Amino acid sequence: MAERVNRDRAQDDLPVYLARPGTADQVPRQKYGGLFCSVEGAFESKTIDFDALSVGQRGSRTPRTARRGTGAGQEQARSPASDSQASSPGAESPVARGRRGTDSPQAEMRPGGGDEVLQTLEDEKSDRLLIKGGRIVNDDQSFHADIYMEDGVIKQIGDNLIVPGGVKTIEAQGKMVIPGGIDIHTHFQMPYRGTTTVDDFAQGSKAALAGGTTMIVDHVIPEPGSSLMEAYDQWRQWADEKACCDYSFHVDITHWNDSVKQELDHLIKEKGVNSFQVYMAYKDYYQMSNSELYEIFTFLAERGGIAQVHAENGEIIAEEQARMLQMGITGPEGHVLSRPEELEAEAVFRAITIASQTNCPLYVTRVMSKSAADIISQARKKGNVVFGEPITASLGTDGTHYWSKNWAKAASFVTSPPLSPDPTTPDYLNTMLSSGDLSVTGSAHCTFSVAQKAIGKDDFTQIPEGVNGVEERMALIWDKAVTTGKMDENMFVAVTSTNAAKILNLYPRKGRIAVSSDADLVIWDTDAICTITAKTHNSAAEYNVFEGMELRGAPQVVICQGKIVLEDGNLHVTSGVGRFIPCSPFPDFAYKRVKARKQLAVLRAVPRGMYDGPVSEFSMSRGGTPSASARTSPTKQPVRNLHQSGFSLTGNPAPCGPPTPDDVPIRPAGRRIVVPPGGRSNITSLS
Amino acid sequence: MSDCRRQWNREDELPVYLAGPIATGPNQRKSFGMFSSVEGAFESKTIDFDNYAVGRKGSRTPRSGSRERLLDAGGAVGKTSSQARQGSLSDPPGEQDDARAGVEVRLSPGVDSADGQSEKLLIRGGRVVNDDQSLYADVYIEDGLIKQVGENLVVPGGVKVIEANGRMVIPGGIDVNTCLMKSYLGNRPVDDFFQGTKAALAGGTTMIIDHVTPQPGDSLLMAFEHWQEAADKKACCDYSLHVDIPQWDETVKYELELLVQEKGINSFQVYMAYKDVYQMSDSQLYEAFTFLKQLGAVVLVHAENGDLIAQEQRKILGMGITGPEGHPLSRPEELEAEAVFRAITLGNRVNCPVYITKVMSKSAADTITQARRKGSVVFGEPITASLATDGSHYWSKNWAKAAAYVTSPPLSPDPTTPDHLNTLLACGDLQVVGSAHCAYSLSQKAIGKDDFTLIPEGTNGVEERMGFVWDKAVAMGKMDENQFVAVTSTNAAKIFNLYPRKGRIAVGSDADVVIWDPDSTKTISAKNQQSASEYNIFEGLECRGGSALVLSQGRVVYEEGKLQAQQGAGRFIPCKPFPDYAYQRVKFRNQVKQGVTRGMYDGPVHDVAPMAKYITPSPSARTSPTFNQPPPIRNLHQSNFSLSGAQIDDYIPRRSGHRIVAPPGGRSNITSLG
Repeated sequence: MAERVNRDRAQDDLPVYLARPGTADQVPRQKYGGLFCSVEGAFESKTIDFDALSVGQRGSRTPRTARRGTGAGQEQARSPASDSQASSPGAESPVARGRRGTDSPQAEMRPGGGDEVLQTLEDEKSDRLLIKGGRIVNDDQSFHADIYMEDGVIKQIGDNLIVPGGVKTIEAQGKMVIPGGIDIHTHFQMPYRGTTTVDDFAQGSKAALAGGTTMIVDHVIPEPGSSLMEAYDQWRQWADEKACCDYSFHVDITHWNDSVKQELDHLIKEKGVNSFQVYMAYKDYYQMSNSELYEIFTFLAERGGIAQVHAENGEIIAEEQARMLQMGITGPEGHVLSRPEELEAEAVFRAITIASQTNCPLYVTRVMSKSAADIISQARKKGNVVFGEPITASLGTDGTHYWSKNWAKAASFVTSPPLSPDPTTPDYLNTMLSSGDLSVTGSAHCTFSVAQKAIGKDDFTQIPEGVNGVEERMALIWDKAVTTGKMDENMFVAVTSTNAAKILNLYPRKGRIAVSSDADLVIWDTDAICTITAKTHNSAAEYNVFEGMELRGAPQVVICQGKIVLEDGNLHVTSGVGRFIPCSPFPDFAYKRVKARKQLAVLRAVPRGMYDGPVSEFSMSRGGTPSASARTSPTKQPVRNLHQSGFSLTGNPAPCGPPTPDDVPIRPAGRRIVVPPGGRSNITSLS
Repeated sequence: MSDCRRQWNREDELPVYLAGPIATGPNQRKSFGMFSSVEGAFESKTIDFDNYAVGRKGSRTPRSGSRERLLDAGGAVGKTSSQARQGSLSDPPGEQDDARAGVEVRLSPGVDSADGQSEKLLIRGGRVVNDDQSLYADVYIEDGLIKQVGENLVVPGGVKVIEANGRMVIPGGIDVNTCLMKSYLGNRPVDDFFQGTKAALAGGTTMIIDHVTPQPGDSLLMAFEHWQEAADKKACCDYSLHVDIPQWDETVKYELELLVQEKGINSFQVYMAYKDVYQMSDSQLYEAFTFLKQLGAVVLVHAENGDLIAQEQRKILGMGITGPEGHPLSRPEELEAEAVFRAITLGNRVNCPVYITKVMSKSAADTITQARRKGSVVFGEPITASLATDGSHYWSKNWAKAAAYVTSPPLSPDPTTPDHLNTLLACGDLQVVGSAHCAYSLSQKAIGKDDFTLIPEGTNGVEERMGFVWDKAVAMGKMDENQFVAVTSTNAAKIFNLYPRKGRIAVGSDADVVIWDPDSTKTISAKNQQSASEYNIFEGLECRGGSALVLSQGRVVYEEGKLQAQQGAGRFIPCKPFPDYAYQRVKFRNQVKQGVTRGMYDGPVHDVAPMAKYITPSPSARTSPTFNQPPPIRNLHQSNFSLSGAQIDDYIPRRSGHRIVAPPGGRSNITSLG
């Protein structure tokens, strides 16, 4: 085993973690020579800028790394005004904007016939928009057509549309027009031990819009023991106040009892929630036992909900964490060492087994490793209804950074399940996404400041878990999957938007460009190149896990609810315009198959005569499986087995009637009965 | 999905159970015309109620004529083989010469011992088959040990000579899984150590490893002694013991240590099924694995997801299904595969060898195969029942027949399972064959007549084991004779550290030798088996291959259908810990992880409200440099490594819950490294 060879290199000594025989796991890091140096080197300029620690003071710092290819106006979007208020649409004049648009052969906007002053007013009030000359890309086909929207809804699609005068027109110039992205997994404004994530709904949804995502689905996480409804209302309130784009909710089930059942029922029927997350990790906190999972899945399958699962084996993690701490490993590398990917795969396997037993559609959140993805893929090939959700981080980066010497950097990658230290993972997951084995992408955007992460500076188990990714999601998938030739543009739309809409039963309102769909559109620039850095991103986090990554593909124009929110790098978002989009139960995408199987899943007993042969004496004192009908024997049962009644094979079931209790002599225990008291049993002599 | 078309096939109405989309699953039954092939194959399997009295076996009149059986129905011991002719030990040489070349025993001139007690034996003209090679050689046995192997041996006079006539001479089989004393609700299986080992010897198995099954709360040590005592009195062949761990606590640990170090036990079984009785949680399993690994023991796992089984059982009973078909319906093979996967994951984490007992389904076997491909140290043990029959019989209209098949994990209803398992066994993905022989009488099975969850679990198989592996794997061309020896004997000896004393024909090994007749054919039937159970789940199956002669401890115990087992002859064979076969790789993998050496993070730290439950206990959790009161003692790790040095404003308390924009000491030393 090679790990033992290169131990004593000066400073670069690498943790030789558990030696596996399969070299595919953590070991290949070493192939990159220089013990992470490639990774360290690639991120030379990633010093944490402590000026950036204060969100409000962002504008004051000077950018150190030059960005290429980003729109010139983006800097303006990051002006203090737009940053802090997140709502400054009127700050710029449309004239200025239009001029900038003509600089490059980018989508250009011009008022349609009416004079500019009028248009300026309408810019905010009216929702009439015409996108001309774009190539509409849905998940099933691409075609050239114009799109006319009004009141936040797509009204017409086709060539030579007849539109009213004074409509603002966007020239797409042959660029792709895609349905706005749906980020199916975010944690904005998530409370964590008395603090909250630094991206609230305003900041987070702003980042989402900047990345071409026009809808987010956030997780409501009630504290164990507290009411789901209250948590839901709380989240609704936060989101209604601040969200800049449409949103919906998943509700996490953090404990399980009858009152939770009622609340779930209420949430599904009244509140427009159709997906619920359960946890197989976080022992003694969120974790559910197998039996509880079984009950929850059964319940959700009846009500038409989607069971989402955080799949990691919490019990083994707890043991491993204790072991790591005992070994003196307290840094962020302990996080990934104590949560090896097998535990993720194991839990995924178990969740799939339970879901298949209960005939409930399963949705695995945060697929972070190859082995977990493989399990999902295998299960899908066997016909299980299971969806896998890789997140931006698992598609874009890997877990080698946990070994970074920079604690803050290493800690910023901490999320659960952890990023896999196998550097080939992102590629693999992108392939699976392209092939349809994984269905949707989320971001699991859950950002903490370095100071918050530092809660766990002496103990990796205390590090708040979460990475950024809502803004980078679309571009990253484009870069990693489409430009590499793995995925076509239709599949890109499917995994970033359409599939999510289908799973949440929002399709075709969301996730498709069609007449009467919501006017959430993105004009996608396939050629734009931008470099990701914490200095220019819209999240409030000081650290970006994709720091320094160069991505091809970016949204050029983002239209949300029929309004232009991003154009030429200028972000005009309005806090609080986001609407809650209720999801209805029994989404066809997941439940059609389930329903068909339910009809087949009729178990029937074998009709047999009653066994009336000898029965050994037994004591139930110990070891027996508890069972209600354990001690009742047919000699005492007044009611015959219903299945048996009208169906007797024996023809002449003479001794079929059970002997009366009086006939049965008391037999000494442990004695074999040679001739049963009722004569030969009818049933044992059938064949 | 072909299940939608409900099929009514005369009276053989099949329950269409849970419709999965999986085509390889139970649906395949359909192609067999709703069990008709299976039902038909067992036409003559009527339970013979005369059989109820074990002791009176000879007195019954056979109803179904099996071909050769009538020939020697009068034999004292009912075992027949097609070639059974006259062979008794004292036949003078030459009388059998007209017969087809068979095994033949004759005495050298001058020896009068005719009772099979001879201590000196020469097997001449056989082909010695070990797991690695086959060669023609004579084997000389003395004092229960193999003394010489080779040609033209120089042996003392007065040696009993067995002419093998070119047949295979193989190491006696080792049955790694029997339960001869596993009591269920106060009922012992009908095959005790005497009856069970007799059956084993008749089938060519010269050593069994039995499961000690203490009840929860019982002392392992007491149970072990109880078993050993019973076995010493009764066993006819050598034996060893596994000990099952019914629960996990501190006293168990102590007993385990004692058992490993002083009692010669190196394998322990844990249960992932039987909720609220034997089942262990993942945390307990982790601890048990860790502990057993330190002891150098082999962890046997009964792999089924007990939580889900309990739920399914409730569901099935609630649907009014109380018959034996509820057993496989409530224990679908997915649950077995899931538990196997989990056990392997645990084994990988702890770096501990895992041995899966009773591999009953394709998916469980595939899971093991995949894990082995990834390098996990895992062994899989299919049993006679899973290799030779399938679970379609649970739907039999005959309750007694259906109940006879009840074992856990259940036999898979998929009829292609036995073939698949045999293939995996042949290619080495599964390693050893047990029998899980645990024979309950019909009246004992009938405890669960109204509730399938109460049916005592266990099938027979110790006698049929070797024969079926030969029939299903070797005779089908899947496996060669060397692999046959490996899976029936050698691998078991290696895993449990008995090799090369057992499991090999070599100088110095125990003289447990079988002369194997690949051509013999017999039909399995409860009427002529050694086991005391009234029902044989292999009833009516023909089996090619059988033992012609069995030597245990250097004594002829079985020859041409005649069994001369001696009660109490069996010795306890202690197993030493740390078997190389399992632990060599594990030892190499035992390497220590190291943390990353970093400077201390001394940037700002957010103040947090302590959370009661979620926090993993950690002593240093609450100490952070920004706490209100300046810590009296600086962190020791930090003391001699401070780039920023003492700060002038160290005494100024910082407010909690506030983000620190510029840390007082300037930029943090550690966060600006990269």
